[in-house]
Amino acid sequence: MFSTVRKLTTNVAFFCAIALGWTTHGQAQSSLVTDISSHLISVTSDFTGTELLLFGAIQIADEEEGPNRGDVLVVVRGPEKNVIVRRKARVAGIWVNTEALEFERVPSFYALASNRPVEEIAAPDVLNRLRIGPSRLRFRVAKSEQVSLPFEEAIVRQKSRENLYSDQETAVYFLGDTLFRTTIAIPANVPVGDYIAEFYLFKDGELLGAQSSPLFIKKSGLGRQIYDFAYDYPALYGIAAIIVALIAGWLASAIFRKE
Amino acid sequence: MTVYLPIAEISVNLFLILGMGGAIGLLSGMFGVGGGFLMTPLLIFIGIPPAVSVATVSNQITAASVSGVLAHWRRGNVDFKMGMVLLIGGIVGSVVGTWIFTILKSIGQVDLMISLSYVIFLGTIGILMFIESVNALINTRRGTVKRKKLHQHYWIHGLPFKMRFRKSKLYISALMPLGIGALVGILSAIMGVGGGFVMVPAMIYLLGMPTSVVIGTSLFQIIFVTANVTLLHAISTQTVDIMLALLLMSSSVVGAQIGTRLGTKLRGEQLRGLLALLVIIVCLKLAFDLVITPDDLYSLGEGGH
Repeated sequence: MFSTVRKLTTNVAFFCAIALGWTTHGQAQSSLVTDISSHLISVTSDFTGTELLLFGAIQIADEEEGPNRGDVLVVVRGPEKNVIVRRKARVAGIWVNTEALEFERVPSFYALASNRPVEEIAAPDVLNRLRIGPSRLRFRVAKSEQVSLPFEEAIVRQKSRENLYSDQETAVYFLGDTLFRTTIAIPANVPVGDYIAEFYLFKDGELLGAQSSPLFIKKSGLGRQIYDFAYDYPALYGIAAIIVALIAGWLASAIFRKE
Repeated sequence: MTVYLPIAEISVNLFLILGMGGAIGLLSGMFGVGGGFLMTPLLIFIGIPPAVSVATVSNQITAASVSGVLAHWRRGNVDFKMGMVLLIGGIVGSVVGTWIFTILKSIGQVDLMISLSYVIFLGTIGILMFIESVNALINTRRGTVKRKKLHQHYWIHGLPFKMRFRKSKLYISALMPLGIGALVGILSAIMGVGGGFVMVPAMIYLLGMPTSVVIGTSLFQIIFVTANVTLLHAISTQTVDIMLALLLMSSSVVGAQIGTRLGTKLRGEQLRGLLALLVIIVCLKLAFDLVITPDDLYSLGEGGH
């Protein structure tokens, strides 16, 4: 049972969590209205990264609840890919990749923002179940069951170094009681694909509601055309690259001969 | 100012890439080498994935070699017959090399293979060149230049399939240039180099070709081998970044022209000595990286889908 839950995709886990949240609170309760500044980020040839603004409001159902408006968590996840993690060991004096483990459905991007440290917002088991925070992501080993924890930690460490994973580096700010906003940095090396922005509302350690919005990061302009060309027509692309080189070489020779 | 490289999938500083292309071009013009053996490690160093560096540099070398060959061809310094024989070997070698490269990539050993090949080849050639140029410098100081024998006979001359190469003034077995071509083709595919730094000494010392036709002929062969490597990498690994290649081409040809002019002001032995030192430095850096404990023992690679 536990292993099957583990194997659920993050999206399924997300919606299950919402359902759980709703079933525990039968009566009218607070909910979220959210949006993001842009649903499409174009990676053009001069792309140097961008900031994504995520904002929303808490609709407080019960006015008597007082000043405790709840906590907001914002997660942006990138497309999932299979990742091979290799470990080096010293062989005859030099460092060689000796062990390798393949993980399935590793988010290529993961950013978390919250209005206060997540450990204060919810209990560890809730955070683990929702996979909140890079260190709580669980990756599935593609083949056999092995001791994979150091390999999983390596994924988080490397992705964090590349600025692709971030854990509460930006905060969620409240404007008044109900409006909130946060920014998440999208670095220049961001992988393209289908993203999802998730908003969670917690109150007293319990999940009250959640919202999600799609976000698309696409190559566009010349870069997109080159990329598509290279992958759709590899042989033609290779020939084009050679022709470009031949012309460039001939041009260089012709220009400098005249001098 | 940054520019996004669509295949490497990273943004790089435009002036850094142009500067690197110019600097390597300058060196290649001065020393008469393609410069791939310096460019590939440099690109890897600034964060371009090794596989993209290797494939893209091959593409850039095609352009550099075309420009070089045209200059040598005008002076009649290209032995086309020898070039064709080397080329047949080279095409076979580059197919084998790309095949090895693809296998190594899938088992995660390609970075190690690239580094090891560099250390072995740069180390050997750097040291040999250095010794040779130091000896030449000492001999010219003393004023005693050893006379070489006009024709030396090795076991090589006993091989079958003899061919006459008029321009090179040689009558040797076709197996030798075929073998050298094949070896350089393999290196070209694995290391992202034209292979001039292996080919030129091999042509002079193993084949006994006259120095005047060596560079033009080696460049002629390199055009086709690197073009073939570019095509094979484009098809099997999709790692040729045409944007990066164009940036490197445009700045390296300018650098090469300046380098050629600077090169004529320096003496041959001094040039070779300097080049040998450069080769040894690159080799030591790569060897050092293989031996020291890496910051992170783990590395990530793309999994299958």
